[in-house]
Amino acid sequence: MAEVISLVEMSPGEIGSVVGMQGGHGMIRNMEGMGIRIGSKIKIVSQQFMRGPVVISCGNTQVAIGFGMARRIMVEKR
Amino acid sequence: MKRILLMGNPNVGKSVIFSRLTGAKVIVSNYPGTTVEFTEGIMRIDGKDTEVIDVPGTYTLQPTSAAEKVSVKMADESNREDTVIVNVVDSTNLERNLNLTLQLLKKRIPMIVALNFWDETKHTGVDINTEELSKLLGIQCIPTCGITGEGIKKLVDEVKHAKVSAFEYNEQEKWQKIGNIVEKVQKVFHRHHRFSERLGELSVKPATGIPIAVIAAFISFKVIRFIGEWLIGNVGEPVFENLWAPVMMKVSVLLGSGGIIHDIIIGKLIDGGIDFGQSFGILTTGLFVPLAAVLPYIFSFYLVLSVLEDSGYLPRLAVLVDSAMHKVGLHGFGIIPMILGLGCNVPGALSLRIMETKRERFIATTLMAIAVPCMAQIAMVSGLLGKHGSQGFIPVFGSLLLVWIILGAILNKILKGRSPELFIEIPPYRIPYWKGLLKKVWMRIIWFIKEAVPWVQFGVFLINILYTLRIINFIGNILRPVISGVLGLPAGAVAALVIGFLRKDVAVGMLVPLNLSLKQLIITSVVLTMYFPCAATFAVLVKEFGAKDMLKATLIMVLSTLIVGGILNFIL
Repeated sequence: MAEVISLVEMSPGEIGSVVGMQGGHGMIRNMEGMGIRIGSKIKIVSQQFMRGPVVISCGNTQVAIGFGMARRIMVEKR
Repeated sequence: MKRILLMGNPNVGKSVIFSRLTGAKVIVSNYPGTTVEFTEGIMRIDGKDTEVIDVPGTYTLQPTSAAEKVSVKMADESNREDTVIVNVVDSTNLERNLNLTLQLLKKRIPMIVALNFWDETKHTGVDINTEELSKLLGIQCIPTCGITGEGIKKLVDEVKHAKVSAFEYNEQEKWQKIGNIVEKVQKVFHRHHRFSERLGELSVKPATGIPIAVIAAFISFKVIRFIGEWLIGNVGEPVFENLWAPVMMKVSVLLGSGGIIHDIIIGKLIDGGIDFGQSFGILTTGLFVPLAAVLPYIFSFYLVLSVLEDSGYLPRLAVLVDSAMHKVGLHGFGIIPMILGLGCNVPGALSLRIMETKRERFIATTLMAIAVPCMAQIAMVSGLLGKHGSQGFIPVFGSLLLVWIILGAILNKILKGRSPELFIEIPPYRIPYWKGLLKKVWMRIIWFIKEAVPWVQFGVFLINILYTLRIINFIGNILRPVISGVLGLPAGAVAALVIGFLRKDVAVGMLVPLNLSLKQLIITSVVLTMYFPCAATFAVLVKEFGAKDMLKATLIMVLSTLIVGGILNFIL
């Protein structure tokens, strides 16, 4: 059984698939616009210190997500 | 067909396709009632002129920013009789891009798809069956590569036969449909990482990204200075000294070598000749300052900035500075208006609309208007402080940076609400398309000449009138307690502060004949940046934010100027 954690708890290089987003309609729509949905496979590219943004890659797209938003994206780590 | 709308996600190479389709004549206009700009050009199809519009990039048709709202409006206002949509798609990101494509199909406007970055599909390990995709979507899909021009001719041919798609779906099954399409048309291969991707990752990792950012900033600064100084020394000054000065001397004699009209047009003769820095006539200093002293720096700044923009570096910088920018109530992307503001505050102010909340826009505006000097001013201050070297530069730009940080932190504390989260795409590094890049630099230069030169001319004219009518002396006497008492400046500096409302470069130019001490030069340079943005910037800001918010911002400006000027006068 793989563990489910938030995006900010993952380290660069790790991969997983999105299983949940704790956010309003707007956030989910914005994520979809960038191609991030429930079931999307993502890889962590980098993390900044001091609660900076997380950069993930999803398909051929790389997206930077602010810490507060990244915290609300749940991922099943693989 | 009367017009073509180029629509698509941001970072799909829309602008390069745009410059491929259109000729040299390109207009940047504001969408009515907004400050959102879009680019418009003309393309000849079968001997008829067709309007081509580069619509601001948007991820969905449910807009989140002012710019995206305009994109949606433009699509909504179109009708199927006279419009064709060219949906530019990043073929290396088919699934994500089809989200917008499907939404556009629902508008039932004739449409074709340009599968751009086709050349990149090979090394990203993607193979797309375009015939199958065209069949599934019910419209033509043409592989293109904006940079090499591949597929552009076919695109132009197909625009004429664009069809309305009969593709049907409901919202719930949209992603299902997209998934099905992608599965049918796209094959993915294994691939190796390329150098540009490695570099891309290194520049968003803090341990390597921060040194890269420092190096990039250092190189940019050196290049801007080198090109700017070279152009001033080898083009600007020689042209004025050797070609323009003799002509002006003839005009001077013609005007009787003196008198009011002579002084307005030619200015004061210094040692019997024209001194382009000090004479202060409309046709001497009024042309020399914008064209020979400032324009070279504007050119080199925008050249370097456009390379940074088009290569895809700026979003990476935004990621690195994000947590620091949160301290001043902005997120990482807030660095971009500030960098643009270093060129000219007007485009900086216009770019503030990419920010989502009013609070952010207010903080960013105030910080930019107060503490970000424009290239026109930097160029003039460099000239003025050049002989003192870093002894002059460090206090001036250091104080401004400190003001920016402290004021930002204060505003972040006292204004209600909090800064929103960064959420941006990081496009892959790409080699800029040089023709598109030069076109952009060219448009920015034309824009500078059109906007700045008239203001400089008006400023020089006004200052001559104010001197002649002794109004400057009058204002000087009233403001003496503040100017001399608080800021420690001679009364003569009042004239520069008055003209600083119009243009900063002219204002700095007026300090030349005053023979100020280093301390006074530092204080005036800082005060001139802070107390008020130039007239053009102010006009844009009032339009963008309304008079009430700008009144608040202006109060902050005046107060902080007095405090900072007073402190500098006290400690230096």
